[in-house]
Amino acid sequence: MSAHILRRLPRSQIRVPTRVPRRWSGSISQRPGSDSVRFPGAVNSKFTTNMTFINPTEGPNIPTYRVMDSDGVLVDKNRRPLDMSNDEILTWYKNMLTVSVMDVIMFEAQRQGRLSFYMVSAGEEGISIGSAAALTPDDVVFAQYREAGVFQQRGFTLKDFMSQLFANCNDNGRGRNMPVHYGSNYPRMHTISSPLATQIPQASGAAYALKLEALQNPNTPKRIVACYFGEGAASEGDFHAGLNIAATRSCPVVFICRNNGYAISTPTLEQYRGDGIASRGVGYGIDTIRVDGNDIFAVYEAMREARRIALSDGGKPVLIEAMSYRVSHHSTSDDSFAYRARVEVEDWKRRDNPIIRLRKWLENEGLWNEDLERDTRDKLRKEVLKEFGDAEREKRPPLREAFEGVYEELTEEAQEQMKELKRILETYPEEYDLRQFKDGINGL
Amino acid sequence: MSSLRLPRLIRPARRFYSGAATPSSRLNIPIDYKTTPLLHHTSSSLSESLDLPGSTTSKPLNLYQAINSALRTALAKSDKVMLFGEDVAFGGVFRCSMDLQTEFGSERVFNTPLTEQGIVGFAIGAAAEGMKPVAEIQFADYVFPAFDQIVNEAAKFRYREGATGVHAGGMVVRMPCGAVGHGALYHSQSPEALFAHVPGVQVVVPRSPSQAKGLLLASIFEHNNPVIFMEPKVLYRAAVEHVPNEYYTIPLSKAEVLKPGSDVTLVSYGQPLYLCSAAIAAAEKALGVSVELIDLRTIYPWDRQTVLDSVKKTGRAIVVHESMINYGVGAEVAATIQDQAFLRLEAPVKRVAGWSTHTGLQYEKFILPDVARIYDAIKQSIEY
Repeated sequence: MSAHILRRLPRSQIRVPTRVPRRWSGSISQRPGSDSVRFPGAVNSKFTTNMTFINPTEGPNIPTYRVMDSDGVLVDKNRRPLDMSNDEILTWYKNMLTVSVMDVIMFEAQRQGRLSFYMVSAGEEGISIGSAAALTPDDVVFAQYREAGVFQQRGFTLKDFMSQLFANCNDNGRGRNMPVHYGSNYPRMHTISSPLATQIPQASGAAYALKLEALQNPNTPKRIVACYFGEGAASEGDFHAGLNIAATRSCPVVFICRNNGYAISTPTLEQYRGDGIASRGVGYGIDTIRVDGNDIFAVYEAMREARRIALSDGGKPVLIEAMSYRVSHHSTSDDSFAYRARVEVEDWKRRDNPIIRLRKWLENEGLWNEDLERDTRDKLRKEVLKEFGDAEREKRPPLREAFEGVYEELTEEAQEQMKELKRILETYPEEYDLRQFKDGINGL
Repeated sequence: MSSLRLPRLIRPARRFYSGAATPSSRLNIPIDYKTTPLLHHTSSSLSESLDLPGSTTSKPLNLYQAINSALRTALAKSDKVMLFGEDVAFGGVFRCSMDLQTEFGSERVFNTPLTEQGIVGFAIGAAAEGMKPVAEIQFADYVFPAFDQIVNEAAKFRYREGATGVHAGGMVVRMPCGAVGHGALYHSQSPEALFAHVPGVQVVVPRSPSQAKGLLLASIFEHNNPVIFMEPKVLYRAAVEHVPNEYYTIPLSKAEVLKPGSDVTLVSYGQPLYLCSAAIAAAEKALGVSVELIDLRTIYPWDRQTVLDSVKKTGRAIVVHESMINYGVGAEVAATIQDQAFLRLEAPVKRVAGWSTHTGLQYEKFILPDVARIYDAIKQSIEY
């Protein structure tokens, strides 16, 4: 222990505390003739005289869990029946349609310049809605930005979406964040921030807080944290930090990686060389599964089981890698045909898609048909357009929101700067248009 | 990314470090913490200064013991307080968390893996769910891997959450800072100015044991803002004074006038205050001037009024800090004085700070402010 400190400290700073025992009670020493390693860093390893480097390409890749095939037919005829009601499944389907309809309209609205920015989640609706369906309202979510379905499934309304996208005076974010950076207090979905992967160690800390709260107050319901990110974000240092710390502190958190094949223009071949993201979970000592992200049943079942595992043994992290394909552009600022073939995208759209797959299952069960599909899409389109119009007409938040919320209370410096801004606005009224802002100059 | 492991050093002869005085030194002589007027050597001077109830008992503690006492008080006061970082479980490499795991359990006092970005990210998440995490970064020099989490996440959390009302204000990030005589490039830094450029965090630097306990408890309990709490590590063992045994707080964003004066205002924080005090004693004796000494205590958001009131009275100001002069705290203080007390100034505002270089091992005493440079600044300001 003392040697470890010395590595960090100039010698004169150190006085080794006398109360530290020379050897911890759990420490183990090498027995003579032992056939296995007793180094503290790896206590269950056998010795070998066969010098073999582990080659990651030789072993079998981690399989992908699926429940239904691309025709919407349950693959394993012997499996137990799905244990969710048809009503529930219809709700999932409508939620996927809602996100999909909203995506098309908002993408177009951005193209017309009525919105500054947008990101669709086409092709990934099954991951977000299927996983969110396995959460309780008390669970906490940290998302990246392509998880509109999580918000939809957990009760975010079209008005909530539109208020945020137009950053108007009803926006939870008070007009401060770029579009698609949604947030909600309850069910708690932390407001999305643009820096990638920063939410991963935060999710571990949040999960630890929930665990501690449950320990201190056994009457509180057991809760987990669900943390979403893409396969590109998993290259950030915060991914490493977050998973490692979650494992060592036994945090009840489920990490859901949306592996959609691209990080903007970068294909996964330039993102990593291992067996995707799932293979790394094993390295951190985390229970891990890879699922077919286009199969909402597989995602739901994996997430429900992950939630159970996360709450077992006093808490532990789980990693789910959900495979999909980003059929859309990365964002409205991106033209993805600059780096991938249009035919590849069209192929994915046609061949496999979480919405079409569930629709086929519903039709096979006699729960859905062409008329219902058309009527539902028309109805959703009208609802989205209505909320769109209402949100667009709303005023922006009052100008004081630019300064408030930096600290719990306005600092004396901020008050002075607000006064100075007001003086400028009053002196040069022709230079600024305040009509769009609630209460105009008095909003400051 | 974190600490480059320092190799085991053969203990050099003592004269090679801590800026030993030359035999002829009159100004740059080692600070005698046992007699400095800045520390409460008796319990009576303590209770006068902190305005404590008469029943308060105190005992002499050094800075690491005072931090330990503050952490113990905090952990006992609320089960939402948790303490973690690298090597905190056995007591910490500077002994600030001694015995706390034994007293409060390994669920609330624990080691993390060696990852600064992970430690701060973990703290943000825990704070966002209502805990009061006190995270330790082993040296301020190693906070930079966590810079993104502090600047983009902790500082902006409340602002971007807006009407959801969620914030990460319960968190405090503690880190030992400042020079120790032989810390060289990565055991000497004082990055407070970098954090002072970040709206959303409060930056605090205590100068003494009693101040450290009061400011740390205020940071944990009296503010729902993320606090960067920087502890001058050279004072961990050196500075000893009376510290109240019980819970008490010292307000953040409030400067303290340590010594009244009428001719020059000296503004500083942390360890250099002791150098200022020694320089003032020499200058008042040799030059017949009267110097007012102000401890900023909170670097941001800072107490501009106390400083401006003082400078409007004296007409002269000098800012002293260890970190580099370029874009340092002194630049902000000097610019504010120039902006708001221009007509009262009788001399340019001077900055006595580290030169704009790195803290090369052998050059520390030439790079950082010392008593001679502060004395000289007082002289120059008076004679301007």
